[in-house]
Amino acid sequence: MTTAESTLEEIARQDYKYGFVTDIESETIPMGLSEDIVRLISSKKSEPEWLLEWRLKAYRHWLTLTEPQWPNVTYPKIDYQALYYYSAPKAKKVLNSLDEVDPELLATFEKLGISLAEQQRLTGVAVDAVFDSVSVTTTFKGKLAELGIVFCSFSEAVHEHPELVRQYLGSVVPYSDNYYATLNSAVFSDGSFCYIPKGVRCPMELSTYFRINAANTGQFERTLLIADEGGYVSYLEGCTAPMRDENQLHAAVVELVALKGSTIKYSTVQNWYPGDKDGKGGIYNFVTKRGKAMENAKITWTQVETGSAITWKYPSCILQGDNAVGEFYSVALTNHRQQADTGTKMIHIGKNTRSTIVSKGISAGHGQNTYRGLVRINAGADGARNYSQCDSMLLGDRCGAHTFPYIDVRNPTAQVEHEASTSKIGEDQIFYCKQRGISAEDAVNMIVNGFCKEVFRELPMEFAVEAQKLLGVSLEGSVG
Amino acid sequence: MALLEIENLHAEVGGKEILRGINLIVNPGEVHAIMGPNGSGKSTLAGVLAGREAYSITEGAVRFKGKDLLDLEPEERAGEGVFLAFQYPVELPGVNNQYFLRSALNSVRKYRGQEPLDGVEFLKLVREKLNILHIDRELMTRPVNHGFSGGEKKRNEIFQMAVLEPQLAILDETDSGLDIDALRVVADGVNALRSPERGFVVITHYQRLLDYIVPDFVHVLSQGRIVQSGGKELALELEAKGYGWLETDAAKPELVTA
Ligand SMILES: Nc1ncnc2c1ncn2[C@@H]1O[C@H](COP(=O)(O)OP(=O)(O)O)[C@@H](O)[C@H]1O
Ligand SMILES: [Mg+2]
Repeated sequence: MTTAESTLEEIARQDYKYGFVTDIESETIPMGLSEDIVRLISSKKSEPEWLLEWRLKAYRHWLTLTEPQWPNVTYPKIDYQALYYYSAPKAKKVLNSLDEVDPELLATFEKLGISLAEQQRLTGVAVDAVFDSVSVTTTFKGKLAELGIVFCSFSEAVHEHPELVRQYLGSVVPYSDNYYATLNSAVFSDGSFCYIPKGVRCPMELSTYFRINAANTGQFERTLLIADEGGYVSYLEGCTAPMRDENQLHAAVVELVALKGSTIKYSTVQNWYPGDKDGKGGIYNFVTKRGKAMENAKITWTQVETGSAITWKYPSCILQGDNAVGEFYSVALTNHRQQADTGTKMIHIGKNTRSTIVSKGISAGHGQNTYRGLVRINAGADGARNYSQCDSMLLGDRCGAHTFPYIDVRNPTAQVEHEASTSKIGEDQIFYCKQRGISAEDAVNMIVNGFCKEVFRELPMEFAVEAQKLLGVSLEGSVG
Repeated sequence: MALLEIENLHAEVGGKEILRGINLIVNPGEVHAIMGPNGSGKSTLAGVLAGREAYSITEGAVRFKGKDLLDLEPEERAGEGVFLAFQYPVELPGVNNQYFLRSALNSVRKYRGQEPLDGVEFLKLVREKLNILHIDRELMTRPVNHGFSGGEKKRNEIFQMAVLEPQLAILDETDSGLDIDALRVVADGVNALRSPERGFVVITHYQRLLDYIVPDFVHVLSQGRIVQSGGKELALELEAKGYGWLETDAAKPELVTA
């Protein structure tokens, strides 16, 4: 075998570094899904009647749906009756400082390199740490409150700001949207909520770290972000999960509402357990993320996906208002037996709406990477423009890259541009680097990072560094 | 001690023997030119010295500063001070040229147990070398060799050599396809580095480069063997006679003079 190939082999064989289970007492309700379980979840969270009704409507609708078959992924059939739909760490009721947080949990964050104390001290990032399903600690609340910004757990928002939740919940992703979103609507446990008032620029990056910890617990996070007219927010989501044997389903919903003239930047660095070399035990990540941009508003999705056994995810923008802007920047890496079917939808409704799609897919090992994107220009969207660029990079020759760009233009004034490329890291490239003294591993890293540059550029600084490291870790292997 | 000792080196690719018993000694301070017709094995020799995987060594030995060179990984050879200016420099889209060079420099420094250069020190070094070679700074901001013209690629190789300051530099037809200005850059790069500690193996198809880089020795490679060695005047003779006379003679080993 040549060096380049053996390097890629090494890289492809590398194990997940963040596999561990934290031993925190969890409170779990019985296995399986029924109307009673939905009621139980709602009552555990002391929810108002309207929300229970909404959940039940979703549940009844879900019963009429079947799992989608169209994604380019394969996995054993999920037994939805064999999952637990709620699990919360038995945390103390109210926490005023990090000192009150379960030391086990803090240790977990340390292992992940996400010490909350560090985050607070060094970066000024407010962290709403979601451990399993319930918010454990929230910081910087006071400072945000001064500006009228609401940043809290979803459950808290239901009690503190019911009018906002009621007005916007399901306004972008209706309960009937798709199989997984509907399931989420019925059983969502918790998540984050954020409201930026009119004309307010959120002075710090808002950040949430999600963790999946209790065995067999399907995770159903629900995030709702609203930027009122002229508001600005940059929101970071990042996660790693412990190693385990059963596949774990994650079906989150994220809704973004960007009102007139506002801007929402939503960045994700996702590193859930991808399964072992044979694909055993990874996370199934079936997520619905969508934003609605009103007049002159802008939504930017940036994602770096290196985790999960299966990723099924299409952060999308509905460009409702005139001059609205939607952007999607994505790096998706699949290694071992990972499968990713990801992309975006840009729905142009308003006039002069613009969208940009930059997708970088990296496949190694036996990884399968599919870009699936839809650009739709509605009849009324005069002067709409889209630019899409989908690049794939292959490491080795047992992996695959697939691109499915769907373009649906119903207005003759629209301009839609699509570019695509596929490249391979060549043996000659690696030899060139080695001749200059650079190890094969560093060479691959360098080339992959170069390939992803346009996406990393869109991430906030600290996150970009983290993302780069993550790609390094995901591709690392000992080269002999 | 000799810098480089090649002893009865045989190498094949895809079952075909390309190098058929090369013997060569390069002492510190010497510049050796290797000339020969296309397909005679010049790039193969350069590749074998740098550690390209495609070749298998079937016989012979190569020592660099007394160490068994063939036993080292390509990046270790670079660390030891072997540099190859590629005949066809490889493109690395998206990888910034300056970043690449700094990684390379710090990798070899690490191999040698030296501290890495920080950004400021590195920039100072880069600026100094750019000035010596009259290379535009703009070259540093572009991805490695990506979208470079043929001449720019060759200049970039020489620039990398200047920054990495190898002990043995092998230039594989760095002069091919260059105009006179670019040729000067190549020659300046080599001449600036010439020192009693360094050695050069300059592979070229044409005599022209040797007007600027005056070699101590000239060797003629033909069908995988060095068939003649001499001083710089041999290059002129080759220029006058062409390579045609080699094609027949080289087949007869008894005529080998080196
Ligand atoms: N990868 C390879 N596979 C097969 N033959 C090769 C390969 N590389 C070089 N050769 C052959 O080896 C011989 C010498 O090539 P090369 O060393 O490139 O010559 P030069 O640099 O002197 O022009 C040629 O006949 C060439 O076709
Ligand atoms: Mg050649």
